[in-house]
Amino acid sequence: MDLRKTAVFAAALLPLGRLAWMAASATLGANPVEHVIHFTGQWTLNFLLITLSVTPLRRLAGWREPLRHRRMLGLFAFFYGSLHLLSYAGLDQWFDWAAILHDVGKHPYILVGFLAYVTMLPLAATSNRWSVSRLKSRWKQLHRLAYLIPALGTLHFAWLVKKDLTEPLLYGAGLLILLAFRWPFAQNAGQSLENPAP
Amino acid sequence: MYKYPQPAPSEITPQETFRQRRALVAALGLGAAGTWPRIGSAARGPKLAGVQPTPYGRGETLTSYDDITTYNNFYEFGTGKEDPSQNAGSLRTRPWTLVVDGAVQRPRQIGIDDLLRRYPLEERIYRLRCVEAWSMVVPWVGFPLHKLIDWAQPTGNARFVQFFSLADPEQMPGVRRHVLDWPYTEGLRLDEARHPLALLAVGLYGEVLPNQDGAPIRLVVPWKYGFKSIKSIVRIHFTETQPVSSWTRANPDEYGFYSNVNPAVDHPRWSQATERRIGAGLFTARRKTLMFNGYGDEVASLYQGMDLKRYF
Repeated sequence: MDLRKTAVFAAALLPLGRLAWMAASATLGANPVEHVIHFTGQWTLNFLLITLSVTPLRRLAGWREPLRHRRMLGLFAFFYGSLHLLSYAGLDQWFDWAAILHDVGKHPYILVGFLAYVTMLPLAATSNRWSVSRLKSRWKQLHRLAYLIPALGTLHFAWLVKKDLTEPLLYGAGLLILLAFRWPFAQNAGQSLENPAP
Repeated sequence: MYKYPQPAPSEITPQETFRQRRALVAALGLGAAGTWPRIGSAARGPKLAGVQPTPYGRGETLTSYDDITTYNNFYEFGTGKEDPSQNAGSLRTRPWTLVVDGAVQRPRQIGIDDLLRRYPLEERIYRLRCVEAWSMVVPWVGFPLHKLIDWAQPTGNARFVQFFSLADPEQMPGVRRHVLDWPYTEGLRLDEARHPLALLAVGLYGEVLPNQDGAPIRLVVPWKYGFKSIKSIVRIHFTETQPVSSWTRANPDEYGFYSNVNPAVDHPRWSQATERRIGAGLFTARRKTLMFNGYGDEVASLYQGMDLKRYF
């Protein structure tokens, strides 16, 4: 058993553990449903950005360890995204599909969030060795969507905020920085295929 | 006689220590801002004397004092729901002067304590519906706004009432940031302001209004979205023309002058058909939002013949 993989796995479950503890001790605040939705949404974005920081960490700091866990980190983004969607559809809307469809159609920020989640589906589905060898170079192309998803997620966040844009802007700035690190390397991407993106 | 078990003084954590621990835990915490549970109801306001009960809202299940005082939109003290409860301690509510001016025959300037002596206080339990699609049931203490209006004697030209909140960056940390155009301002048509349901609230749960809920005096207009019920009022100004309120100025497509609770008119961000009742817990369905927040019998006549989709 790979101890370090287990440690990363356990660490990635800590936010969920905290949420469960708060639910059990009734400390989710006055609007617990809203809290669960916001919390899981923020951790989806956090894991998306953590996944994107693997490559800069290797290139700038020469730290290769995170690369071994990137697939798992990406899958945790999907995991928290699934909890986010599930808490909205279940806890908030009680699986009232008519109300949900109305919400998605009328409120663009929900549509954008839904798009972000749908975009994660093919990535999660192909996060296995069989798919990598099967899809070959197309796998890499497909997984470039990992740049698009946090952008959609940040837009989803910014759009729902009533007035104070501080937090979405921080996520946006983080995302831009992580993407900017890739720019110089993108120039000679055609020559060196040794660094698989993202 | 039964005696409540009392903890020894040595067992009680001093509030400062408690705050420090809490800040430490929050700093070590896992990110997500504002997620730490609040301090329990520490210092509550003094009891208000001679409060008359009224039939308003009898039979409603009250939202808890804790929820009403820790889940607030009061951007002068920060944009997070728990910011006001944590930051509003710096608001000084004495001395406090309320200015009543504009198109009135008797412009007034009155200290809050003199104002409190002028009118008998009554308790009114009102539903509060926020534009963010959540709601509460609040036992306010106050007096009807029309009493103050009659005292100032509006001129024949007065058609609207504009309200202003205090905007002091020293007492209100949120005002140091330009989130909204300060001071916060709201408005009503004069006939709306004269409606018997419109209340000037100075108390909550029979006690002096906590700062985070708009002390020392705030408006409560229960058939309109919560942001119309302006907090910590320093000036009431009568005008001939329709005033522009803060949220309308910030985003005219989303927040209209009337902002009556209306399940049929959706907000671009939130469906207004349903609402979440605060305090109902994690596993309770949303409830249907009622036209005029359920006060249609009393107020619908104010809007007869008006297209409420246009005048939202």
